[in-house]
Amino acid sequence: MTTAVADHHHDEVPKGITRWLFTTNHKDIGTLYLWFSFIMFLVGGAMALVIRAELFMPGLQVVNPHFYNQMVTVHALVMIFGAVMPGFVGFANWMLPMMVGAPDMALPRMNNWSFWLLPFATTLLIASLFVPGGGPAAGWTIYPPLSIQGGMGVDLTIFTIHILGMSSILGAINIIATILNMRAPGMTLMKMPLFVWTWVITAFLLIAAMPVLAGAVTMLLTDRHFGTAFFSAAGGGDPVMFQHIFWFFGHPEVYILILPAFGIISQVIPTFARKPLFGYSSMVFATAAIAFLSFIVWAHHMYTVGMPLSGELFFMYSTMLIAIPTGVKVFNWLATMWRGSMTFETPMLYAIATVALFTVGGLTGLMMAITPADFQYHDTYFIVAHFHYVIFCGSVLAMFSGVYYWLPKWTGHMYDETLGKVHFWLTVISFNITFFPQHFLGFAGMPRRIPDYSLQFAEFNMVSSIGGFILGFSQLILLWVVIKSIRGGKKATAEVWDNPEGLEWTVPSPAPYHTFATAPEVR
Amino acid sequence: MIVSRFKKLRSAMVATAGAGMMGFLPTAAQAEWALNLQRPVTEIARVQYDLHMLIMYIVTVIGIIVFGVMFYSIAKFRKSKGAEAAKFDHSTKAEVLWTVIPTLILIAMAVPSTKALLLMEDTTESDMVLKVTGYQWGWQYDYLEEDVSFFSKLATPQSQITGNETKGENYLLEVDNHVVIPAGKKVRLLLTAKDVIHAWWVPQLGGKKDAIPGYINEMWIRADETGTYRGQCAELCGKDHGYMPIVVDVVEEAEYMAWIEAQKNKS
Repeated sequence: MTTAVADHHHDEVPKGITRWLFTTNHKDIGTLYLWFSFIMFLVGGAMALVIRAELFMPGLQVVNPHFYNQMVTVHALVMIFGAVMPGFVGFANWMLPMMVGAPDMALPRMNNWSFWLLPFATTLLIASLFVPGGGPAAGWTIYPPLSIQGGMGVDLTIFTIHILGMSSILGAINIIATILNMRAPGMTLMKMPLFVWTWVITAFLLIAAMPVLAGAVTMLLTDRHFGTAFFSAAGGGDPVMFQHIFWFFGHPEVYILILPAFGIISQVIPTFARKPLFGYSSMVFATAAIAFLSFIVWAHHMYTVGMPLSGELFFMYSTMLIAIPTGVKVFNWLATMWRGSMTFETPMLYAIATVALFTVGGLTGLMMAITPADFQYHDTYFIVAHFHYVIFCGSVLAMFSGVYYWLPKWTGHMYDETLGKVHFWLTVISFNITFFPQHFLGFAGMPRRIPDYSLQFAEFNMVSSIGGFILGFSQLILLWVVIKSIRGGKKATAEVWDNPEGLEWTVPSPAPYHTFATAPEVR
Repeated sequence: MIVSRFKKLRSAMVATAGAGMMGFLPTAAQAEWALNLQRPVTEIARVQYDLHMLIMYIVTVIGIIVFGVMFYSIAKFRKSKGAEAAKFDHSTKAEVLWTVIPTLILIAMAVPSTKALLLMEDTTESDMVLKVTGYQWGWQYDYLEEDVSFFSKLATPQSQITGNETKGENYLLEVDNHVVIPAGKKVRLLLTAKDVIHAWWVPQLGGKKDAIPGYINEMWIRADETGTYRGQCAELCGKDHGYMPIVVDVVEEAEYMAWIEAQKNKS
């Protein structure tokens, strides 16, 4: 048959470096994204260890304050734009076409370009550390006028953000085009797996938010070099305007980092609870509600800039509202586990840890929504603890869950369950040793972004640094697990798990180079 | 019962962790292990403290419920114990319930928060005005009605920072010139900055506010008791952001008047 011949021809996997440079295959590009994300995770993690080493004791021991500020800044940029965002795009590339029964992404050539922009962008960012004056040192929020003072490292950062933004927007367009146009017959919108839903909503957030950031940093660039005064009070501009524009991007960005994570654990928990996801449609609506609200709460990041009372009240109320759809999600996951028949393989352990520890981050977020209390919390270690509970435990742990969940589908081999569990327990315990004490540091009054601190903060900082180093080195176990699973191990079946839901489990493991050349029929 | 168990578990964990740490902490003699906000000494700081405790109790209870249900499920509904999976995938009653109850809790939180905010933003009827200017890296204080003005910078010697000398009790929280305000008087602060954005924050006196070039922000303080209160810049302002502390002496009114006179004679 002609189709069979064609299929056979297609299944030849290209060899060598050109396979990766010129690939338009969604699985290859997904793999590239995931490896890139993991490398950036280690790079950003190494910077975090520099920070924790300096904070191990009061006084200056390891680095000077200017370099410390660069580490704080670049750690955040690398983790957000290099590790978490590309990581989720990697999952999207690998899984979305298989989940909706499409042969590939809608725009495969553009897909290649969206990936290959990334290494160049992050190279610029890392290179900024080595130019005269050093890298960006004004925090990842690059508030002017401080960021106007920086050297050419700031310019490199601005270009990095431009390129990364372009990559994200292209990726988002591709994801929307794929999901809206390439679903298999019968795969109606309300039948899509939740991971697909969260990604389509995230993609719209990306398209709306990234250009705003690009605009903000472009204005910064012209302020720095071309004599404009958008953000300079002396020239008739307004430094606070930058913060408004930045956070109009920055808050949706928070949900760009977390919504796909919600999607992953909404796939994992039902599989291991052996019970359908509780409240599917309320999950979809809650995701959409969070996405909408994310555009009207931005100024809760800047309660202390001296907004009018009415502004402070509006942003306090709108921020508190986000707790409702977020709560719905957490309760739905709990209800999915309720009266299930659970087993606790590594993906499930990570999913449960995500729900539990993200809840901690969500609850501290609710505390900070209360404007008068936030005047105490703002810019202290309390916020540092909060957003690591959200971004590490929400996004990164969910990605770990997804890696262990789909790894057998990607490699065709089961991963080493014992090693997986060791990785899990080390990560979760050391994470809490690192970040739980930071809540107390913040309460006690330790500001964030300082290289040195007064003696009353010494004890918890030391605890936190010890945890940080265990956390950092534990991640090498994940690398080991992945390599081991690529090289061999127990053969995975097509289903891998006990009767999981979804089209990706109907294709063999490892997934063939091309899947669903003929669209499957969805009941 | 669950609560008391949690408390027991928590105190046991704290005790073990504490015992484990004491062994190798060099500064154990001055160990603080502070867990909560600093003791408030103004009305605003007290209101913030009370709100903080209220919201913390609320989120703790929510957290215990969520964790309780989760751990109960983990213990009870496991396949290894022969649990059979139920088939249900929604329950309108439960979903309405867990939308409505959080909404009510949020409304209950919003009321005292709004009241607190109204109180804090009311800078009228102040007894005196103090202008605070942030610059890289120190503070300038102007007593506008008294024609007194001075700078205040870090007093900790560099040798303590680099570790060539033992660190003093108020390491990094000491300045050359303290700012002095009278107890019981409503002091209106006007905050601005010369170069980049800073934030003025003394935890015991209340919240922080940004000092922004081109802007004049307002906040107010009425300290109930005399004493020395320390704080720091709370907005990243460059290299020495960690080295621009704030020290406020709250003194009796007579003492304040004498201090002002002395300052005037100095200049």
